[in-house]
Parts: sequence; structure tokens; C-alpha cells
Amino acid sequence: MSSIIHGAGAATALSTFNPVDSKKLTNLSVRSQRYIVAGSEASKKKSFGSALTVRHSQKLIPNAVATKEADTSTSTGHELLLFEALQEGLEEEMDRDANVCVMGEDVGHYGGSYKVTKGLADKFGDLRVLDTPICENAFTGMAIGAAMTGLRPVIEGMNMGFLLLAFNQISNNCGMLHYTSGGQFTIPVVIRGPGGVGRQLGAEHSQRLESYFQSIPGIQMVACSTPYNAKGLMKAAIRSENPVILFEHVLLYNLKEKIPDEDYICNLEEAEMVRPGEHITILTYSRMRYHVMQAAKTLVNKGYDPEVIDIRSLKPFDLHTIGNSVKKTHRVLIVEECMRTGGIGASLTAAINENFHDYLDAPVMCLSSQDVPTPYAGTLEEWTVVQPAQIVTAVEQLCQ
Amino acid sequence: MATAFAPTKLTATLPLHGSQENRLLLPIRLAPHSSFLGSTRSLTAHSSRRLNHAHATRRSPPVVGVQEVVKEKKSINSLLITKEEGLVLYEDMILGRSFEDMCAQMYYRGKMFGFVHLYNGQEAVSTGFIKLLTKSDSVVSTYRDHVHALSKGVSARAVMSELFGKVTGCCRGQGGSMHMFSKEHNMLGGFAFIGEGIPVATGAAFSSKYRRDVLKQDCEDVTVAFFGDGTCNNGQFYECLNMAALWKLPIIFVVENNLWAIGMSHLRATSDPEIWKKGPAFGMPGVHVDGMDVLKVREVAKEAVTRARRGEGPTLVECETYRFRGHSLADPDELRDAAEKAKYAARDPIAALKKYLIENNLAKEAELKSIEKKIDELVEEAVEFADASPQPGRSQLLENVFADPKGFGIGPDGRYRCEDPKFTEGTAQV
Repeated sequence: MSSIIHGAGAATALSTFNPVDSKKLTNLSVRSQRYIVAGSEASKKKSFGSALTVRHSQKLIPNAVATKEADTSTSTGHELLLFEALQEGLEEEMDRDANVCVMGEDVGHYGGSYKVTKGLADKFGDLRVLDTPICENAFTGMAIGAAMTGLRPVIEGMNMGFLLLAFNQISNNCGMLHYTSGGQFTIPVVIRGPGGVGRQLGAEHSQRLESYFQSIPGIQMVACSTPYNAKGLMKAAIRSENPVILFEHVLLYNLKEKIPDEDYICNLEEAEMVRPGEHITILTYSRMRYHVMQAAKTLVNKGYDPEVIDIRSLKPFDLHTIGNSVKKTHRVLIVEECMRTGGIGASLTAAINENFHDYLDAPVMCLSSQDVPTPYAGTLEEWTVVQPAQIVTAVEQLCQ
Repeated sequence: MATAFAPTKLTATLPLHGSQENRLLLPIRLAPHSSFLGSTRSLTAHSSRRLNHAHATRRSPPVVGVQEVVKEKKSINSLLITKEEGLVLYEDMILGRSFEDMCAQMYYRGKMFGFVHLYNGQEAVSTGFIKLLTKSDSVVSTYRDHVHALSKGVSARAVMSELFGKVTGCCRGQGGSMHMFSKEHNMLGGFAFIGEGIPVATGAAFSSKYRRDVLKQDCEDVTVAFFGDGTCNNGQFYECLNMAALWKLPIIFVVENNLWAIGMSHLRATSDPEIWKKGPAFGMPGVHVDGMDVLKVREVAKEAVTRARRGEGPTLVECETYRFRGHSLADPDELRDAAEKAKYAARDPIAALKKYLIENNLAKEAELKSIEKKIDELVEEAVEFADASPQPGRSQLLENVFADPKGFGIGPDGRYRCEDPKFTEGTAQV
């Protein structure tokens, strides 16, 4: 059985749609593992989408997504799930630098609510993988104070929504202290955790905090979407001297992919080319990437050639990758999970209009979640977020 | 110090044990200091011991706090300070007072702007604690932070320039009155919102513990967190008391209870106004001390700092003190009773120390006068220096937003924005 999702729980939600492979290798076989290798390195190579095993029962569409051959393909590498990739990245950085430590609720003995820190407390001890009491504001502030005095804490929000309680510390101290101290103190923290609309988790556990944090000066925000970029972004975030907020998604933790054995990082400021195309640029991130790729399959069958970019860096935007794409396709569709008002998509729309207005043949369209507290009922929740059918309709509309 | 106390002999190790109820500062020895309370490995072994101790303490008289910790010394054998120490304390308090008076002058002359919160009257707390610390110990303060910075060693020039908003300020003019930072002197700020510095202080203490227990370095650094009575009704305070006691962090929580949070009297805002009592609720000693008496503060501070250095954990110290001026220079200070102000003015900590030094023949009037003159000149010179310093240029606008300026991202041309030398001047489009 080669199903895309392994593991139980929230992961089963993904089985309702089928993320499509974004490239085709010569040795195509239904059961084979396909993988990408080329990440965005210093050479700024375009990176390709993640590979996911194709479901056994599904009819293959060869040439659905034509891509360039990866020139650094290796046959080595190891397969793992996204949460394991995060764990691997974290563990490698903790091995590499003794100042890296983890703080959060249930990160130690429990192994993390989504098992990202599983086994780390046994290996590194209870002080390096610190089980905190339930006091987000204080332990986030504590991590900031520790960072100012030489440590490199990784703060886990058990659910990103809980970090609303830490907003004071994240905004005032994390974002601003480097500046108000005249550059004397650095805050090399990583704040990470699962967010996004999950599977009937209710309004408060389904929040998208990236829209609330985006105005805070002095922080960077990235969102991971594949095991490859999850590990790469985790490592890059830990090594960065800036405070970085790494957004994970509750539904993506059990994605499987083969990733390289060697050490690599993903550049924090760069976007990821998932599928090159000619007709329209679709900008997305995190879970919506998979809805977009599912819609892309339909679109390709209808004769469209969408270019899909996972923006990855939510703050700052990689206007180079995005700009080059806009200059090529002249049409932009943004697909995001934030709410309509004041989300990442809203900022991105403004940025594209300001910078690339001359290159647009149609207004920038942004598909976001409804401005509603995420409802519990399954049907209502489904209508809250953008679904692939809506993406297809939007593309058809834009490409008229 | 109007009250007279029976002279008691100063015991060598624990001066606070002079009176009956002073058992509170005996540490509850649960485990060797290197063992970590959160670890299950030691939990089973020590949990029974811990329960026994808990029962033991419950049977003894309630160990909650110590009022008026240090009795005044009458005999010369038991002076609390030497001459050198006395002069250091005096000079530090005079510096704090003169500096703040000068700030008021400069503010009304239009050299300083915004919210400026002066420390007049509270000098005993800053001097009493900070003069016991080493350079590598950390201090975290609030918006009333000028004197904490000065006591910790930040030069008067740097603080005054910062207040004037000049490049030569300790934070390059970017922080202002409420954000005094110094990496060199381990002054960790300077925070505008009350309570938000306490977790930062807890983190600095956590670093010390981490250095010792994980990195196996020799680290005895402690952190002192200063904050006011108003902060003690804030959640961050309680969250940090819990964590500090839980992990035995080397931190001292110092409450500067000056009875007023702008116009809100402490008694109107707090269900139980005795703040020191809140320490034992979290498992740490709570001490109340006369914050207008620098010697008493110093004695309590010695014990608390020693506890922290030995790895015995945090202490909560409530200093009863008073600010002679309003909350800030914008506060008309109309709510406070004139009689209350007069009562505390009579307990001016500087006058008290002066009296002590002279009566105990530790210093002559002339010596103290020369210190005052020296400080006056120092503060004048600081003003001149600040006046003469340049204001920040436009190119400084976006410097220091990120430690790694790559965080500003990649521009449409493919280059990192920070590669453009004019970028830090700020752009309309980011």
C-alpha cells in the first residue's frame, strides 16, 4: 500500500485530495519513490516541488506537469515524514551547537503534541528540552531573555493560536529589542508550532497567526510545506541571528518524502518554484499548496499551464522570484488560508500591485478563507477554506 | 530612621536571623544543586523527601516574611559597612539623585522628550542591590531605569545622550528614556510595558543555570529584576515566580513598592497589599524591607544574592519606598497626600546614609561634600557631552532592525535589499 499519508489522526484529512507530483522522472513507476533534490541554495537554483508517492489506485497522468530534469539527482537519501524531518533538523542543530535548546509545553517527556521533539529530552536532558508550565507569555519572554544572554532557544507553541497569549513578548521584545537596544542584543529565537485550519478543531485551534504577526518589525516569518523544506527551514531558522517564526500546518505533519542525507538548509528569504508554467502565476504557501496542485491537475487537463510558487517566506516576500514569474505570465492568483481581511494575501496583493503593476494583464486575484471563526461543523469548515474547485474557477476567470 | 531598636549582634553568616521568625531563609534542601527538579530521574527519589520537608515546615511557625529585617546598630563593633563601602554607596546615591534632577531641568528646557520617569527617593533600592553585583550579573528594570543603568555602571554620558536622542547614547538614540540597555554592563533594559521585563530577567537567570548545568561552565551570575507595586497584579509576575521557584533560577525579584501606580494607590488595586507574602505561595522566601534605608536593603540583598549564587533559587524582596516626584514628568501629582509626601521626605535615603556615616565616624562632612561636588561636575559634563553629540542621521533609520539585515528580503532586482547602501535610509515601499 503506497498511500500518501502514513499515520493516523489529523493526517487522514489529506487523503481526500491527491497532491500531484510536480515532475516526472524517466524511470516512472507507480510504486517508485520520486524525490526532488535541488533546493534553493546560494546559487539560487530554482527548486522543484516535493515528491509524494502516487496512490496505487489512481490513474497516472504522464506529462501532466512537465518539468526540467533535476541535475543533482541522487539515488541516496532517506524517506521520512514531515514531523520527522522537523525533528531531524532540530536534532542536528542541537548536536551542532550546545546553545540550541527547546522550550514549550509538553516538548520534553511527551515528545511534543505532534511529536516533533520526540526522543530529544532523553538525548539532551530536561533542561535543554524544557517542559514549561502553561504560561506562553512568560516562557516566550524567558526564551527571549535567554537568547539575549547567549542561548538559542526554539520556542514551541503547542498550537500557534496559543501564541496570542505571548503577543506582548513577541511584538515588543522579540521584534523590537534589537532595535531599541541600538543593536546591542540579538534575539536568535525560533518560534514554531502547528497552525492553520485542521480537521474540525474548532475556531480557536484553527487560527492563522501569520496575519497578526506580519506587521511586527524585526521578525521573519516562514511557512514549511514539505519534509524537504521543513527540515531546511528549521535549520536555517535556528542558525539565523534574527528571530524567525516558523509556521507548520496541523494537516501536513504526516507527509512523506525522500530527503537528502547530506546537510542542507533552505534559504529563509526565498520562494520555492513548485511547477513552472506560462499562463498564470499562482502564489501560495503551506497547506494551500496542495489544494493548488490538485487544482493544477484539473487545469492541465483543461489545457492551462499554471506556474505554482510556494512563497515560503511570508515576511519578507521574495519579490525576485515572484516578480520574474509575473513578468512571464502577467496574471496572478494568490491562494492562501488566512482570512480575507488583513492576511498575507492582502499584503502580497499590495506588494505585487506596487512593484509589478505594468506587467499585469488582469487584476491580482486573491482567494482567502472566509472572515469567520472557523466553524466546527464539517460542511461549514470545508466552505471556510479555499477548495480546489474554486481555484480552477478563478484561474479560468483570470485567463479569459 | 526614627525608630529605635535594641542593638543586636550581627551574626556572621545570616544577619537576617536576628529576630524570631527568621527561619524562612533556610533553604529547603531537596536535592544536590545540579539535579533538576523537572527531571523524572530525581522525582521518585526525592519526592518523598520533599513531602517530608513540606510537612516539617508546616509544623514550624508560618515562615512568611521578615519585617524590618536589620536592626540599627549602635555599637561600633557591628557596623554594617566599611568606610570605603559607605563612600561608594553615598556616591552612587548622589549620582542617581543629581542625574534625575538634571533630567527634570533638561526636560523642562526642551532637551528631552516623551515619557520620562524619575527615580528620586528610591535610590536606596538601586544602590543597595546593584552595588553588590559583579559586571557579569544582569539587571532588568522598567521604564524607571536611568538610575539602575547608572548603578550598574553605564556612564552618565551614555545615559544622558540617550535621553537627548543622540547617536552617542547607550542605544544610539533609538531606545530613549524607557529603554536603557548595555551589553557591556549587562543592563538588559529598560521596558515600557510593566511586567514585560520580568520574563526576560527569568530568561537571563535561566541562561546562568543552563551554562552551569548543561554547558558545565563556571557560572555564578545572578539576575536582579526590578519592578513596581502595580506590576505585582500582573500575570507575568506570577508566571515568572512559578518558573523561577520551580527550576531554582538564580534570580532576585525586587519590588519597588512606592505605593502608587500613576494615580492608582496600591491599596485600591490589590486584594492583599503585602506583596512579600506572595513569595512563599510559590515556594520562595518573601522578604519585606525598608526601602528608604540603603543599609537594610543591602543586608537583605546580600542574603538574596548569596542564595541565588549558591543555587538555592529565587527570592522575592519587597522594598517599601517612595518616589518624591510624580509618576513621570508629565504627571501633575495631585492625588498624593501632602502629609504622606512629607513623611517620606523626612526619610530621604541620602540624608539617612549621610547621618549614619557621620555619626559613626565613617566619613567627614567635607568628604561627602567633595563627593557631591564631583558628581555635580560629572553630571554637568554629561549634559555638555550630550549637547555636543550629533543627532542620528537618516541612514541610521533602518539599521539594527535585524541582526542579520538579509531579513529585509530580496528585492525585485534579485539582490538582497540590504546590499543597497542607501537602503537603511528607509523606503516607502518595502
